[in-house]
Amino acid sequence: MSLLALSRRPGRITFRLAAVSGVLRPRLLLSCVALAALTLVVCCVGIATGDYPMSPRDVLPALVGAGDPGQVFIVRELRLPRALVAVLAGAAFAVSGGIFQTITRNPLASPDMIGINAGAATAVVAGIVLGGGGLRLPPLGLAGGLATAGLIYLLAWRRGTTGYRIILVGIAMAWMCSSATDYLLTRAQLTEAQSALGWLVGNINGRGWESVRPLGVAVAVLLPVALLLGRWTRTLHLGDEVARGLGTPVQLARLCLLLVGVALVAFATASTGPVLFVALAAPQIAQRLAGLSAPPLLTAALTGALMVAASDLLARWIIPDADLPVGVVTGALGAAFLLWLLVRTNRAGSGG
Amino acid sequence: MTTDQATPAVPDRSRTGRPPEARRRPLGALGLLLGTTAVLVVLALCSVAVGSRPIPLDEVVTTLRDRSAADPHLEAIIWGVRLPRTLLGLCVGAALGLSGALMQGLTRNPLADPGLLGVSAGGALGVSIGVGVFGVSALYGYIWFAFAGALLASVVVYLLGSLGRGGSTPVKIALAGVAVTFLLNSLTYVIVLRSPEALNRYRFWAAGSLAGPDGNTVLAVLPFVCAGAVLAIATAPALNSLALGDDVAAALGRRVRWVRLQGVLAVTLLAGAAVAVAGPIVFVGLVVPHVARLVTGPDHRWLLPFSMVLAPALLLLADVVGRVVARPSEVGVGIVAAFLGGPFFIALVRRRRLAEL
Repeated sequence: MSLLALSRRPGRITFRLAAVSGVLRPRLLLSCVALAALTLVVCCVGIATGDYPMSPRDVLPALVGAGDPGQVFIVRELRLPRALVAVLAGAAFAVSGGIFQTITRNPLASPDMIGINAGAATAVVAGIVLGGGGLRLPPLGLAGGLATAGLIYLLAWRRGTTGYRIILVGIAMAWMCSSATDYLLTRAQLTEAQSALGWLVGNINGRGWESVRPLGVAVAVLLPVALLLGRWTRTLHLGDEVARGLGTPVQLARLCLLLVGVALVAFATASTGPVLFVALAAPQIAQRLAGLSAPPLLTAALTGALMVAASDLLARWIIPDADLPVGVVTGALGAAFLLWLLVRTNRAGSGG
Repeated sequence: MTTDQATPAVPDRSRTGRPPEARRRPLGALGLLLGTTAVLVVLALCSVAVGSRPIPLDEVVTTLRDRSAADPHLEAIIWGVRLPRTLLGLCVGAALGLSGALMQGLTRNPLADPGLLGVSAGGALGVSIGVGVFGVSALYGYIWFAFAGALLASVVVYLLGSLGRGGSTPVKIALAGVAVTFLLNSLTYVIVLRSPEALNRYRFWAAGSLAGPDGNTVLAVLPFVCAGAVLAIATAPALNSLALGDDVAAALGRRVRWVRLQGVLAVTLLAGAAVAVAGPIVFVGLVVPHVARLVTGPDHRWLLPFSMVLAPALLLLADVVGRVVARPSEVGVGIVAAFLGGPFFIALVRRRRLAEL
């Protein structure tokens, strides 16, 4: 018996490699490769764009340290962190959105909607307005997001949780948090309100290595965990009863997935602010690219990375000197996508 | 719940065939409606009496009854400031309650609120365009921009929600509302981030406030609220049929598209007017119909009037609380309403098994 066995059945290719077996989906693989390649290209163009213009072809050599020392410095110290923050945050938002959409079985459920971003935003705006600028914002955002998520989970707990109750409690929390944010904005000085709003939209202008490190560690740890938990997401997507019947520990699985999703979105929000719409749209785009019935997490991560990186590039092209926050572009792009989806969809009552 | 919903849709209007509780309910509901109205009147008087300068209730009543005989100082406060504010609260509250109940009936979704049609986001964009692009600086000059934005947004949402196969379904309207809201918010942020003046107006408008109107503001929104209220109440019997599903409603002789169009028009007028003068007050329109439904059951002919009375009561209560908690300054009514309504909504979610989307 060979180590790697491939077999074709009508419509699918299965493989067996030692103890691991599964279904090989050429379209899924192809979309992942294409998305990764596109993300790389967009990042190179993004790194090459700026006050000191470079050719995108010089970027890759400069990254490994070859070429003009000035270019190496600009690429490695000034522009690479921004590109990395875009890619990492996009991936984190998208994976967390995919997790939430799967466990609640609702394409509208994303961290934007159920209050985790809103909690992080309230904490950060409170830090800006009440703390007088002396506080470090990323830890505040992290704490706010985690605290809100914990509160939502506790309030939704009543002999176990259901995905639906988590959404409803989350929506109420989102409203209360955004009301608190509105109140804080009215109490602020105008300049404070401006900087708070700039953060609230989602912004990656001027991010350095200090924002990359915590986010990079979080994604490096949590993304593999999320992918390993993917087994559970696939059964949870079939509904609580079916999942239980298939042997999934429903409450435990939901808690673990929620923890991973919340941690991802909290770290991403802490470093970039709540970038609008990525968490909602990226998993849905990925699902349609891969032709599956549930959002595939790895494809979603690549889609999210591409969305944020491309939006950042677009923002700098549209209004060159304005430092347009990336969230404005992702919001507009994501809305256009959702509307397209809406016109195309013909399933009634399925929520999209 | 299902049998209750079916009752009003039965074409036989004679009272003989109905179960006893269906016959008894209107009387009890009428009593409760009158009781709620009484509470609303008391709250309205409180709203006139409470403020940075408290006025005893008996003096409020005397001044309201005979304007000329009163102390000129008191007269100025009551007739110039607090009465317009209270009246505006009544108008806005009634509009929000009605449009919330209507929206939940139209989309058959317990989570629907007037903001779902993109009304708040459209209003916000209108304000930011009025201030940031056209330089409108009059305190209430940008009301009309907000109103136009709200109207335009809800028309766009309705049209987008009707595209594709099968016309406008509740799910499509909800999704279109979310998408348009995000799109409009992005545009608002672009304008607001580039113009400090627009940001300054926008942040106070976004907090939701009843403060600072004069009599003209009330008169300006009153026609829209009245027209919307008449349209809304007129759809109530059709909404009862719609609650059974589009197909059943059509089989019962309702023209489903027209009903939905009429409902959306009413929501647009009501919520648009409310958003324009008071800013986005999200929670009232969502929570009040749920409370009203506890009393009335799902019959929209009772639900709509109840929501119309209950919502101003909640709004005035929130306004009074907002004036008292942070003396001498104020907390916007939208913020207080969210913090009064939020815990209540969470309790509701924990207690009842709401229908899944």
